[in-house]
Amino acid sequence: MQFTSLILSNIEVSPGYWRMRMTAPAACASARPGQFLMVRVNGAIDPLLRRPFGIFDVGTYTPAQSGAEPQPYLEMLYRVVGKGTAMLSTLHGSDLIDVLGPLGKGFDLGAPDEEKLIVGGGVGLAPLYLLAKELVKESKVRLFAGGRTRDDILCITEFERQGVECYTATEDGSLGECGLVTEALLRRLDQLQGRATIYACGPHGMLNAVAGIAAERRIPCQVSLEGYMACGVGACLGCVAPGRSHSPETPDFRCVCTEGPVFESGELKWGE
Amino acid sequence: MKSVMKPDMRVNVAGMQLRNPVMTASGTFGYGEEFAEYVAMESIGAFITKGLSLKARAGNPTPRIVETPGGMLNAIGLQNVGIDAFIAKKVPYLRSVNTPAIANFFGNTVDEYAEMAGRLDEIPEVAALEINISCPNVKHGGIVFGTDPASAASVVSACRAATKKALIVKLSPNVTDVVVMARACEDAGADALSLINTLIGMAIDLNRRRPVLANITGGFSGPAIKPIALRMVWQVAQAVKVPIIGIGGIMNAVDALEFMLAGATAVQVGTASFTNPGAAQKIAEDMEVWLTANGVADIKSLIGALET
Repeated sequence: MQFTSLILSNIEVSPGYWRMRMTAPAACASARPGQFLMVRVNGAIDPLLRRPFGIFDVGTYTPAQSGAEPQPYLEMLYRVVGKGTAMLSTLHGSDLIDVLGPLGKGFDLGAPDEEKLIVGGGVGLAPLYLLAKELVKESKVRLFAGGRTRDDILCITEFERQGVECYTATEDGSLGECGLVTEALLRRLDQLQGRATIYACGPHGMLNAVAGIAAERRIPCQVSLEGYMACGVGACLGCVAPGRSHSPETPDFRCVCTEGPVFESGELKWGE
Repeated sequence: MKSVMKPDMRVNVAGMQLRNPVMTASGTFGYGEEFAEYVAMESIGAFITKGLSLKARAGNPTPRIVETPGGMLNAIGLQNVGIDAFIAKKVPYLRSVNTPAIANFFGNTVDEYAEMAGRLDEIPEVAALEINISCPNVKHGGIVFGTDPASAASVVSACRAATKKALIVKLSPNVTDVVVMARACEDAGADALSLINTLIGMAIDLNRRRPVLANITGGFSGPAIKPIALRMVWQVAQAVKVPIIGIGGIMNAVDALEFMLAGATAVQVGTASFTNPGAAQKIAEDMEVWLTANGVADIKSLIGALET
């Protein structure tokens, strides 16, 4: 679906990280955790392409006008990494943006009786909040959030407010334990009794490590990938990721925008 | 008050009567179905499939695309489902839409080009063929044939012998003289010429001291290439009799109409469909608005009407 959104708020939640709330058509209320939006940051030809962003949250707000019905909104959490996101961060409440979405396949919510372990690195937390909100309805949910510094650990109080037990790790030790978030995950897995599913989003190195841990311990694991994409609808084929059996001789590429962005980690090729 | 006549938007390209001159360019519109939600197919003149080959192709490693000011580079590497899967999985959709589908295709050898033309000739849902001799991102099956007039002519004549359907040849801008290539293809039996394909470019990541694209170079498209494309369409229009389909950075109706003035009978919208999936429909509608506003009764009167 293509629609025009009115920006409701656009706030820097941590240095370099922004959270934008915008209006959405009613159909967006059923957006699934892990789906994404393609946003055009302005009407000009530079930047030319849309930018993909995971959906951070979906909800309703009540317009200030008295007696107005609650209206749906979408939220995105994004990091300023280049020209497009820098422009996006300058937009204000009541600016309009052109949006495509919700796009892609979301997370599979799994069985209710198992523990859910969510692993997020930096802005990789973006699609995991809506996931956590869904998962806590039926399962015990733990979040393992990692980053270089405390500035990369985002919106933890939001997760805690949902009843998620949060563990944080930073490489410089400025918040939580000093080191990689996968170490905290491993410790939890050592204590684990019964079944669990891992959900992860973040830098490729972190996903690679998490996929390796999941494979070794035979725990189901879903990862949400990023990809350079022009269209978001499966036409440009820019965003492909190598599938499990991929090799230069027997190529096996999966389209991140339409076959993903969420994949079972075992479907993909890792370690590159 | 005088009644306003609806302008005649129809054009003829290589024996096909199109409801308007707007097509979607190969590689930017999937197999049509991907855009069904955003474009009413009966609002555009024709659409062109992703480039097809005898066998499925996986394409190049990633990163495959990068944005640059006013444009983008791609090195997809002709990833496609192959002719058999095209027939089994994609043709049924073509049957359901009331708009001509043009199959873009390529081969590794002259014989493969001819075999593809023969296979596509048997598909009633395919209205015409567009030969890709200009993909800059693969070693074989494209630019090797598109930069040498004799090789291009041999591909075109072999395909000509293999199909009765209209044959469009898509030309590369990565040549010294595009007119020489255009004439060679016309003489070898092309019914129409489409130009331009992407320009070879590259982008560098200074901090990593590496090319951005895994393929190192890629095809440059988008509004930044429009002046080059307009110039080449204009040059070729002076030199050949077959209709020309103008391609290159068309973002809006004004861009499309400029190509028609330069000598194009129809146009293809490419990268614009990435920015706005409904771009082709919007451009066709806005062209009609422009004609009405300017009292032009028949869009054909604009073809090659540039005053110099």
